[in-house]
Amino acid sequence: MSANNAHNACKEFNRAQMLRSAAATAGNGLPAIEAGMPAPAGTGLSRRQFLLRSGAFSLTVYGAMHLDVMGLGEAIANAAAGPADPILVSVFLDGGADSLSMLAPVEDPIYRKLRPTLALPADGGTAFADDTRLRWNPAADGLRTLHEEGKLAVAPSVGYANPDQSHFTSRHYWEVGAVDPRLQTGWLGRYLDAVGSADNPLQGLSLDYSLSPSLAPVKAPVAAISQPSSYRFEHQNVWGELGTTMVNSLEDLGVSNTRSKDPSVKKAAAANAQSMKLRQQLLPFAVDEDEQPIGIKPPAGVVYPTDGGDFPERMQALAAMIGIGLPLRCVSVPGTGGYDTHDSQREDFDRNIKMTADTLLAFQRDIEARGLQHRVLVEVWSEFGRRPEENGSAGTDHGAAGAAMLIGSRVKRQLLGEWTGLAQLDEDENMRPSLDYRALHGAILDQWFGFDAARVIPGARNFAMPSLLT
Amino acid sequence: MAGKKKKSKSKSVKVPVYKGKFGYQEAERLLWRAGFGPRPGDIKRFKKLGMKRSVASLVNHKGATKLIGPEPKLKEPLEPTDIWGHDHLWWMDRMVRSNNPLQERMTLIWHDWFATSNDGVGNQKLMMQQNHMLRRNSLGRFRTMLYSVTQDPAMLIWLSGDGSSKEAPNENYGRELMELFTLGADAKYSEDDVREQARALTGFRSDWTEGRGQHNFRFDPEYHDDGTKKIFGKTGAFSWQDSCNLCLKHGDHAEFFVKKLWGYFIPVPLTGKNLKAFKNLYIKSGYKIKPVVQAILMHPAFYNGPRMIKPPIVFTVGLLRAQGIGITSDAWAWLSEQTGQRLFFPPNVAGWDDDAWLDTGRFRGRWNAARYATDDALLDPNDKAFVSSYPYDESPELAFTNVMNFWGNPTINRPTKAVLMDFATKAGQQADSAKWKRQPYRVMRQNAMRTLLAMSPDQQTS
Repeated sequence: MSANNAHNACKEFNRAQMLRSAAATAGNGLPAIEAGMPAPAGTGLSRRQFLLRSGAFSLTVYGAMHLDVMGLGEAIANAAAGPADPILVSVFLDGGADSLSMLAPVEDPIYRKLRPTLALPADGGTAFADDTRLRWNPAADGLRTLHEEGKLAVAPSVGYANPDQSHFTSRHYWEVGAVDPRLQTGWLGRYLDAVGSADNPLQGLSLDYSLSPSLAPVKAPVAAISQPSSYRFEHQNVWGELGTTMVNSLEDLGVSNTRSKDPSVKKAAAANAQSMKLRQQLLPFAVDEDEQPIGIKPPAGVVYPTDGGDFPERMQALAAMIGIGLPLRCVSVPGTGGYDTHDSQREDFDRNIKMTADTLLAFQRDIEARGLQHRVLVEVWSEFGRRPEENGSAGTDHGAAGAAMLIGSRVKRQLLGEWTGLAQLDEDENMRPSLDYRALHGAILDQWFGFDAARVIPGARNFAMPSLLT
Repeated sequence: MAGKKKKSKSKSVKVPVYKGKFGYQEAERLLWRAGFGPRPGDIKRFKKLGMKRSVASLVNHKGATKLIGPEPKLKEPLEPTDIWGHDHLWWMDRMVRSNNPLQERMTLIWHDWFATSNDGVGNQKLMMQQNHMLRRNSLGRFRTMLYSVTQDPAMLIWLSGDGSSKEAPNENYGRELMELFTLGADAKYSEDDVREQARALTGFRSDWTEGRGQHNFRFDPEYHDDGTKKIFGKTGAFSWQDSCNLCLKHGDHAEFFVKKLWGYFIPVPLTGKNLKAFKNLYIKSGYKIKPVVQAILMHPAFYNGPRMIKPPIVFTVGLLRAQGIGITSDAWAWLSEQTGQRLFFPPNVAGWDDDAWLDTGRFRGRWNAARYATDDALLDPNDKAFVSSYPYDESPELAFTNVMNFWGNPTINRPTKAVLMDFATKAGQQADSAKWKRQPYRVMRQNAMRTLLAMSPDQQTS
């Protein structure tokens, strides 16, 4: 017990030092300190509170530059140089989401025939203004709201020619941005390889237990964390300055093994090095003594769903990370639940799409409240849609074309491609695509990132890319 | 026999056997890759046996499989079918204590190969039942394995085989049977084959009652589509057994099987003559698993080739085995999620992604695993009675020797040793900077070095 106290004492010491130093520099002719900014005596506010309460971006940056001295890593300071970096958030609906349960052609007799038990009620839902043959599933009401506000564009029949109905293959094609089973880098990973920095793993961030393949780079460091507040390297019965020496040596173990000739040892060393870098960057999120992640509270009035699993928590944390100026560029987050609805589709789909849609709406509100809505674009996608004809187990089997969406304040509300309908299905009785997913990826690169899509997507120029932004 | 030319020609496609030195490092690698790392005394024993007899002792386990060593000490006795997390703890305990480690390692491989998650099954009892089935078949015939998996209740729920009937065949299992279990995504089959397989596999159903859930899993001929199907160009009134056999006999199966199995043990691709030899061995054996595993464990590439990242559960179990201790914490169930391998919950039907065992999230998970693994033996720098017995003049070299002994003297590389010595030296300087620190800091140095050694990049590999 006393060992723990000694450890805390060390933390208190660091904190007091930091606050003292920050206040001293802040007094040196820089923007005024906001109310709530701790006094130099260091009255017990944590680093994170310090950063967040400092609110105004300049002061955050300022604090970050100071914190660099305390070992916060230069990457956060680098964010100061490029506050206007656009951020893409890729939200993956895992399993092949049924687009016909999101935007349903409720009056179409073919739909009612193919979906005798799964069809949405003919009188339910609000009409989809961009194609009145379709109606919104009431469970996706968050998306309808965004659409009505002009912040959401739907690609109702997105896919590719000769569709592969394997989850893994089709998902892989989307992730690598090419119909190429052998490509081993993600489309966002290749983008980061081209524009990213050599020492900022936050530029490509998976808010998940493992890295999203879309972000897999050749050389740019990227990161995976399930929750930013949890990224700590704790140690028991090692306290005082020895604790710091220990974590430094952990870093040394990585550095000294990075030149190993053995590929696996090298891989382990790289994971070590990137973890240490990430640890530096996420120090502002370190939790308080009661493990309370108070640093990721959303702005007043913004409410995320509370029982939607990891997704709402992660999106909430993401907005906070963007809010304090962490240097993010491409972020990948899995949406709530699984969408491989071979059975009990109605309940599963509605529950999961509701949590996902409500969360996406809350995230947009959060980003708006922080005044950062022009920096963020969300792409929602799934590896394929599902077969129009239901399967007899109250579910649907793997299909081909499905729906993707773009969300953001700069998004031009429109139909991306047309809805191809149920009258003319492909040879496997699946939906035909009207837009190739690579056109969507490519347009994001070109227009959102201002980066030549042809350098990332093989044959990008062969696809007619829609104009995405207002 | 050796004199005949024809025979010697067929000999050229025999699987080569490792002929080099079988020393400490080779024995250590075998214990890690064919099991869950050495327990005290294991490396010495294998060294003495030599390579062939060591491998033979693994694949032909003598006597009954027993759990040896300290039994789990948890808040409640193990109830793998009922208590959350106890499924993981139960299996982990077997991995730590079984005297038949290859059997457990093979069961883990099959759990990854036929990856079924309780996320979709929602029934620990059925998951355990599947686990026993995989263990029973772990080194047997692949055909028997495939039959057992196809009828397995957890699998029937997981891939929608349950309730798939002639009126409404469900494609889920039939597709994965080919893509992931027997042929591979690159193999020659079509979407029509997927649909026809689905028809051949119809007929499995079960009952459901409130409180009891799904039970009475059975094949019901009334639900089976007994019509004519066309699969891989062949026509017949195929049954679900035919469906399995058509996959086994498919021209792409043997290659898929030996490559995939090889990939669990050796990190370089199986190609050329070696591939041919393994295909030959597998087919000639009558699709038996054991001879293929045995040949892999004796192959030159196993010992000469590069290192391999230890799967998270292997890494974690190995930390306990090295100390000769058992499971004493419920935390392993949730810690396993951090390391990236919660047993009974693979991420999807394709199993765990072996290329993604290490990233920033999982690296930290391993740190926590190493922390918990050393928790029982943690030294208290504030315990006066203890500290006074701790050598105040312990040198960095002695600290290093002690930590190596603690972990059973694993092989470590030069950079790792240099960093540990550097830490030991710096910690010694801190200890000597004040009289009151001399002993407590040396105690803490030992605590820290245990975690650091376990976390070094070379110890993530075998």
